[in-house]
Amino acid sequence: MAYTIKVNGTAHNIDVDGDTPLLWVLRDLLGMTGTKFGCGMALCGACTVHVDGVASRSCITPVDSIGTSGITTIEAIGATAAGAKIQKAWLDREVVQCGYCQSGQIMSASALLASNPHPTDGDIDDAMSGNICRCGTYVRIREAIKQAAQSQGG
Amino acid sequence: MALDHITSRAAGTDWSPSANGFSRRSFLQAGAAASGGLMLSLSLPFASGEAEAADALGFAPNAFIRIEGDGRIVLTMPYVEMGQGTYTSIPMLIAEELEVDLQQVQLEHAPPNEKLYGNPLIGGVQATGNSNAIRAAWQPLRQAGAIARTMLVSAAAKRWNVDPTSCRPQSGEVFHAPTGRRIKYGELAADAARLAVPENVALKQPKDFKVIGTPAKRLDAPAKVNGTAVYGIDARPPGVKVATLAQSPVFGGRVKYVDDAAAKAVKGVRQIVRLDDTVAVVADHMGAAKKGLAALVIEWDDGPHAKLGTDDILHELQRATQNPGAVAQNIGDTDKAMASADTTVEATYQVPFLAHATMEPMNCAVHVRKDGCEVWVGNQAIARAQATAAETAGLPLDKVVVHNHLLGGGFGRRLEIDGVTRAVQIAMQVDGPVKVVWTREEDIQHDMYRPYFFDRLSAGLDEKGMPVTWNHRLQARRSSHGGYLWHSTTVSTPIPPTARSTWSMHSRTCMSNMCRWNRRAFALPSGAASGRRTMSL
Repeated sequence: MAYTIKVNGTAHNIDVDGDTPLLWVLRDLLGMTGTKFGCGMALCGACTVHVDGVASRSCITPVDSIGTSGITTIEAIGATAAGAKIQKAWLDREVVQCGYCQSGQIMSASALLASNPHPTDGDIDDAMSGNICRCGTYVRIREAIKQAAQSQGG
Repeated sequence: MALDHITSRAAGTDWSPSANGFSRRSFLQAGAAASGGLMLSLSLPFASGEAEAADALGFAPNAFIRIEGDGRIVLTMPYVEMGQGTYTSIPMLIAEELEVDLQQVQLEHAPPNEKLYGNPLIGGVQATGNSNAIRAAWQPLRQAGAIARTMLVSAAAKRWNVDPTSCRPQSGEVFHAPTGRRIKYGELAADAARLAVPENVALKQPKDFKVIGTPAKRLDAPAKVNGTAVYGIDARPPGVKVATLAQSPVFGGRVKYVDDAAAKAVKGVRQIVRLDDTVAVVADHMGAAKKGLAALVIEWDDGPHAKLGTDDILHELQRATQNPGAVAQNIGDTDKAMASADTTVEATYQVPFLAHATMEPMNCAVHVRKDGCEVWVGNQAIARAQATAAETAGLPLDKVVVHNHLLGGGFGRRLEIDGVTRAVQIAMQVDGPVKVVWTREEDIQHDMYRPYFFDRLSAGLDEKGMPVTWNHRLQARRSSHGGYLWHSTTVSTPIPPTARSTWSMHSRTCMSNMCRWNRRAFALPSGAASGRRTMSL
């Protein structure tokens, strides 16, 4: 079936089964490979994107559930205020190692910061607990989120 | 382009997939011809005798720096980046000796070629592992930078007709202090390419280091925070299909029967590939491939291991450690000391089969043509990936091009090439390129596990409770399918050095029927850890 989905402000027409996870539409059909496949069961967070600003696991988000919602991916998160701050903090704090999970980490952290400019440790844990990092960059992720929050002022 | 500082060369038409026949001279000539610049290969002490004989100059090149006419400095990178920072640390070695800014160094993934890019600390195998990339590269890569720097200075001195010692290399240019003249490396590259490569050059003294030892920013970080970094799983050769697979759930099993009618009816599914022990679904995208896989009805012949379970393996290991085995180390008379000990203690330890669980599931894209094969993968041992692709496809080595990529974690899993072999087997039945992506379930179930270890330690104590003797038996079991690439029969003592230095005592380490296929780094540390724990009992 044909669907029109809006990704990073651009409308794309796709013809897939309605239960096709958004992840594969992004990666295999639209060629946006920044969003990663890790588990396919919303257990690892590598595939996190924003659906109308809400962090969502694209590997279990059927394309027919999206409707007119706007999708934002790692490729465009730097255009948002929170995303740009998170990316800068990620670089300042040298968070990444292998980097494979980091698209998802950044998407989760950006959604957190956009909705909660001054997250507590508990807020960070809640928002980030669904994102696994096999390299163990968790300590720097927390530091980077705090730095990004401080850089917002107020 | 994957990373801002990574250039893409493998896709170019002027690149030979196998440079086995290249000599240092041909590299220099090729480099000069192709880019009008200086291409410098480096000689390494571990170059094989065969390679040396093949080269009129008496040694084989191993890796090389290329300085383009436009000033770009390209390092062909023999080591892979899997998070350990090697794409930053190795360029630091070059930047230091070449006197350029770290940001000026661009990288290319090295093509498979063990003569050029073999790791001297892994027996010349072109592999990134054992946490030794910096140790392996420390001397040869600095030497490469120093040679290039020396030649560029010579070229500048010749052009200005001045003494080379009056010229100073700095920030990518040569500076002549007495006259204030300066010239960029790129402008000197063509001249430098015509000079003889010096045999001996001086490396910088550590006191003069400007880059090494400083906390440099990772060069791969920007691409990894904006989604542009390209891992193996992100490869998308034109027209690529995506496949996913089910391998026999019991190791050694075979496909008995497949009903693929429902799978073929899934929108986007193009083809079902059946191998002896695997069924793969080829589709337009992974969503359709997974849906097709779920719709397959497969009956398996579980084969010789049908009834083998973890408990069976454990019991076998347990029993084996109660028997005498191959003695790895024996100091003093352990039996006598044990018999005369005031008290004895015994403890057993187990390390289970472990999947490596890289964040990036196993994957490999392959395009098999009649006259060649192309492979896109992120692998720690790219020459072995090339070799298995060639063998599987029945092609000569030089007809197999391998494009290496960033690795979403390695941990030793990507030293294995089973995923490449499997992808080629599937691709041989597919018209056009196909990317085989394992589901997470498949990735865990069919990992090349770290072996199951069972350790039995006993110690004899004197009347004060101090150890006087020690006996450590350990037994390991590889997973029961396939074979590891690197068979190791090395037997080494797992007794922790601290124990040896602290207590002079009778000790023995036995490896009863020790798994000779074991090669996992985890194994011996597990033995050492068991030893430490027993010492503290």
